[in-house]
Amino acid sequence: MNAAEFQYSDIIHRCFRCGYCKFPVNWMDVNNCPAYARYRMETYSCGGRLWLTRAWLTDAIKWSDHLAHILYSCTSCKNCEMKCPLGINVDIINMIRAAKGLMVEQGRIPKEARDFLENIQVHGNPYGIPRSKRGDWMGETPIEQYNGQEYLYHVGCVGAYDTRAQEAARTLARVLKRAGVSFGVLGGDELCDGNEAKNMGEEALFEDMAQENIARFNELGVKKIITLSPHSYNAFKNDYPSNEGRFEVLHYTQLLQRLIARGRLNMAIQVPVKVTYHDPCFLGRWNTEYDAPREILNSVPGVTFIEMERSRENSLCCGGGGGNFCMDLLGGSPDSPARRRVREALATDARILAVSCPKCLTIMEDAVKVEGLDDRLIVKDIAELVDQAYIKKTEAEGKQVKDE
Amino acid sequence: MDICQALIDIIGEDHVSNKQEELYIYSWDLGTTEPHRPDWVASPRTPEEIQKILILANSNNIPVVPLGGGLSLAGLAVPFRGGIILDLKRMDTVIEVNEQARYALLECGVSQGQLTSYLERHHPGLTHSEPGAPPTATIAGNAAIHGQGDLAQPYGFNSDMVNGLEVVLPTGEICRFGSCSIGAQWFTQHPLPDVGLFLGWTGTTGIITKISLRLFPRKKIRGTAIFVVDNEEQVPEIFHKITHTQMSEDIVAFSQTIPPYASGLQHFTINLAADSEKELEFKQELIFDDALGEYIRRGDGGYLGFTRGLQHPQISKTADWRKGGGFEYVGSIMPVSRYPQCYRRGREISERHGIPYTVLGRCIGAAHAMMFSWTYAFNRADRETVRHAREAMHETDELALELGGTIWKPGHYGQKLVMDRLDPNTLDLMKRLKQLLDPNGIMNPGNWEAIP
Amino acid sequence: MYSLKFDEQKCLKCPTQACLTRCRYMNLNRESARAEILKIAHSEDSFVLHDCVTCYACEEYCTMGNHPFYLIVQKQEELGIPPLPRPLIRRGINMGMPFRGEPAIREINGRALLMAAFADHMFLIQGRLFEGLPVISDDPRKMFHYFCQLMYLHYARESVINQRLPGIINNIAGHKATDVVCFHDECYGTYNSYCPAMGIDVPFRTVHFFEFLYNRLLELKDLIRPVNLRVAYQRPCSSRLSPDKHHFVYDIFKLIGAVAVPRKYVDENALCCGGAVEGQRREGSRKRAAELRRLNISDMKAGGTEVCVFNCPACYHTMGELLSQEGIRPVYMSDLCRLAIGEQPAGWR
Repeated sequence: MNAAEFQYSDIIHRCFRCGYCKFPVNWMDVNNCPAYARYRMETYSCGGRLWLTRAWLTDAIKWSDHLAHILYSCTSCKNCEMKCPLGINVDIINMIRAAKGLMVEQGRIPKEARDFLENIQVHGNPYGIPRSKRGDWMGETPIEQYNGQEYLYHVGCVGAYDTRAQEAARTLARVLKRAGVSFGVLGGDELCDGNEAKNMGEEALFEDMAQENIARFNELGVKKIITLSPHSYNAFKNDYPSNEGRFEVLHYTQLLQRLIARGRLNMAIQVPVKVTYHDPCFLGRWNTEYDAPREILNSVPGVTFIEMERSRENSLCCGGGGGNFCMDLLGGSPDSPARRRVREALATDARILAVSCPKCLTIMEDAVKVEGLDDRLIVKDIAELVDQAYIKKTEAEGKQVKDE
Repeated sequence: MDICQALIDIIGEDHVSNKQEELYIYSWDLGTTEPHRPDWVASPRTPEEIQKILILANSNNIPVVPLGGGLSLAGLAVPFRGGIILDLKRMDTVIEVNEQARYALLECGVSQGQLTSYLERHHPGLTHSEPGAPPTATIAGNAAIHGQGDLAQPYGFNSDMVNGLEVVLPTGEICRFGSCSIGAQWFTQHPLPDVGLFLGWTGTTGIITKISLRLFPRKKIRGTAIFVVDNEEQVPEIFHKITHTQMSEDIVAFSQTIPPYASGLQHFTINLAADSEKELEFKQELIFDDALGEYIRRGDGGYLGFTRGLQHPQISKTADWRKGGGFEYVGSIMPVSRYPQCYRRGREISERHGIPYTVLGRCIGAAHAMMFSWTYAFNRADRETVRHAREAMHETDELALELGGTIWKPGHYGQKLVMDRLDPNTLDLMKRLKQLLDPNGIMNPGNWEAIP
Repeated sequence: MYSLKFDEQKCLKCPTQACLTRCRYMNLNRESARAEILKIAHSEDSFVLHDCVTCYACEEYCTMGNHPFYLIVQKQEELGIPPLPRPLIRRGINMGMPFRGEPAIREINGRALLMAAFADHMFLIQGRLFEGLPVISDDPRKMFHYFCQLMYLHYARESVINQRLPGIINNIAGHKATDVVCFHDECYGTYNSYCPAMGIDVPFRTVHFFEFLYNRLLELKDLIRPVNLRVAYQRPCSSRLSPDKHHFVYDIFKLIGAVAVPRKYVDENALCCGGAVEGQRREGSRKRAAELRRLNISDMKAGGTEVCVFNCPACYHTMGELLSQEGIRPVYMSDLCRLAIGEQPAGWR
């Protein structure tokens, strides 16, 4: 049927279904593919997904809701690419995206995915909340509109619309301001970065959004961008250049790390608590940034930092990628990756599970509630921990300075 | 009766499927065996759930196929008559590791990689005999097919390392074998009644739900030394000499067309373990300066150094040699003395089928036997190469028996060849045991099929 | 076809017979050295042919330019006295065979870097030092089309070198590079020492890797910050074929603020890595190689070495792990140079 149209038909048969893709780098558990962790059926592993895609393309099976569910349960966490021992490993996510893309073209995707993508097209966010409300996240916090400052602070859809993530977004703004960073936001004029749309097979929508963003950034003279979300970071850093959008992009943890190193973030208030950290996929495996968040946490006075058994490149995805923070195809079970992950955090004896991604923040805070762990584990964004430890210098010293 | 609903009532909706996607994927072995669809896929969590499923299957005459890692590559977990395929990998708890008695008590779905990692992190002084399969292979599955790992020399088959089993019989009873059956720790199989009814029977006599596996000392320094000869006739005597020193662990001799450096030569990989440089040097001296020194001096054999760190074997790369995602192999258990013939005849079969030859022999015990394998790669997208691989394997099954060995984990073709040669009284006894344990013949039908 | 430019008269006139008197693996005075080299020249058996560990040093020691090492190797082959066991020779010969398709020859018409049989070390070729420099042999699957073959000197197989080398030279020449920077100095030694000694024509100009690195560092002088490291250089056997370029090691160290520690086994007294020795037929070879490494590393440690600098990947793989265990960090010269200009080579933590 579609075999000829499928860009990767010359390699997709090479998957042996050996199952390496289910493991983390340190082999500790066979549940490091979030979809496989949730369903534990071979169909939901990466190898199963590739074999089913090939079966669909060669008419061995027909399209069905279940097939689409299996495809869209992939969160693009990249564990499989890291583990696959074969030469096809660099194209695994590309193959899954391409398969989703074919389904999008045929208009045959899960309802949740259709709603997600339509909402982005119509409202500029997956929640379907009106565009006019995009700037509401700022609340009463005085945050400057972007007008040529050194950095554009890009909040992203989750930070803009989800109430819990909005707290993190505001807190980060406060931290940056106190540290004297020159930045502004687009507020109500901000657009979605498109990372999820791309991973959900909507390449054309992604390119539209990228081009619109790039035009706007260029018009405003944006040179440097700080992102709240690693998903935005990934899109701006890795996918926008091929659309002629070249900016210096930092995830906020990378900027905070620099500020700490230069003595610009005075964290003097003790935060005497055990903290563990969850590596978000788009900062960790996708962009190999494992150190900046840890350096920040180790700099917060009073914090005792404990690693989970699966950390860094071994991290178990929270299950939020590929649009799933909204679609929730991996929820509804104690085996859901987010619930597994918070149980792992609890096992470290930590009181706080620190995150650096608004999607991880919301999905894991929900998981803590469902697991009944509210009184034992708190999920916090790193910016919130920094804020807690921060002591303001004198007003005079607090004036904005350009970052060296 | 709505079997699907009955299964859901036993194990929950998330763990049962009769949708085309699951039926498709679970119909395939990863080798050349033709696919056969199950009617239902079920993934239980406890022996009690399995018990209920087997009672259900028996009363409705539904075949049941137990599935571990699915990496036998001989079609041993393909639902030839449909029915229920039981994916056992959710039963993956490491129940206990006893350091003093050196054993691990595991649920049947614990994978090789999981155990290796668990021991490295929590019990670094212990290791298990890890086979060359991808780490998703299960411990119980591997023992059940009489697998061999990197401690085959000197400790034998992985099935020789079993202290005890918990098994659900086809008729639903849960039984235990070994010291655990009298309520003691799971530290020994002997002298209590045998586990022999459930190892090597391809899941046709019951479903293993727990296994107690012997563990072994893990030394600080582990690595591999390499020795090369160009005359295959010398391989058996070299196996003999190295095992006599009692200084090494795993010993494998291999030869293959690709890469070119291996072609026409016999490479020995000899694993060494030591707790100190002194111990390592002592072992190397005894093996390479003393036992094998004469080969080196004569120029017949070459030492290629010792590399620290054991590589987890990446057998999956073999699958990609023809850029085609597939390979299968005939494994045999042979007398070590037959290595030269196994090599020469196997090479001839490969070349005739246009497949680059790949053979290896792994020493079992003190060279009591070897596992000799002939590997045939194929391209999943090219049916001709699949046909050639399958034909080459059938010829090789026959070769193994002709040369005086037996087939390790035979698929249907090999099973028939073995049964044709089996002692008639033995075959009759096997039939009677099978009838006793599985009166309705529901367990993994199609295997050992002369036994109805 | 090709014949070694060896002149017995030069040995007869030689005032020192340094080739053999300076050999650290055999005990010869001038008289016995003279006798043995003449036996070898006459294709007679000599214990030298059996005991040579193929460290290449005598090529450097010879003051008459008479290629004693190439002569020894030739006679070992002629008389059937290979230093290595037969299976290792066959293995080595097979290993050098290209078997995955034809090389992709494209015209460069400028300077190029030749990775030869080290295309799998492309991870070293990054950063400002190599900016804009095209690479010949960057594909590990096809790298043996560019393999200089000189490794077979350890195998007593000059015949294999002479048979394959013209084709290799053709492949390299096909890229029409104006000059070829040789990543590995054995390639450089092949085209500047072995080929002239054999009368093999080399239709391209070659540049020693360290000369290239040194000049490149001069161009980027403003970026250099002293590395302030105490270093030892692991001189590979092949370096003996280009002693005139050895000074670049120290020129680079001086330029980048690396301090070469005082050592006994250094320069003309350097110890090879023992990689070729370990598998030799000569009794006690395995232990001899281990002892070589022990001496070498102790010598580095005694001088307070922090970092051992490598040219050759074979030395690196033979000695790297042992050095790390002794608290000395192994690093390639090019990575050290990258560090000096403020870059972060992979693996340098």
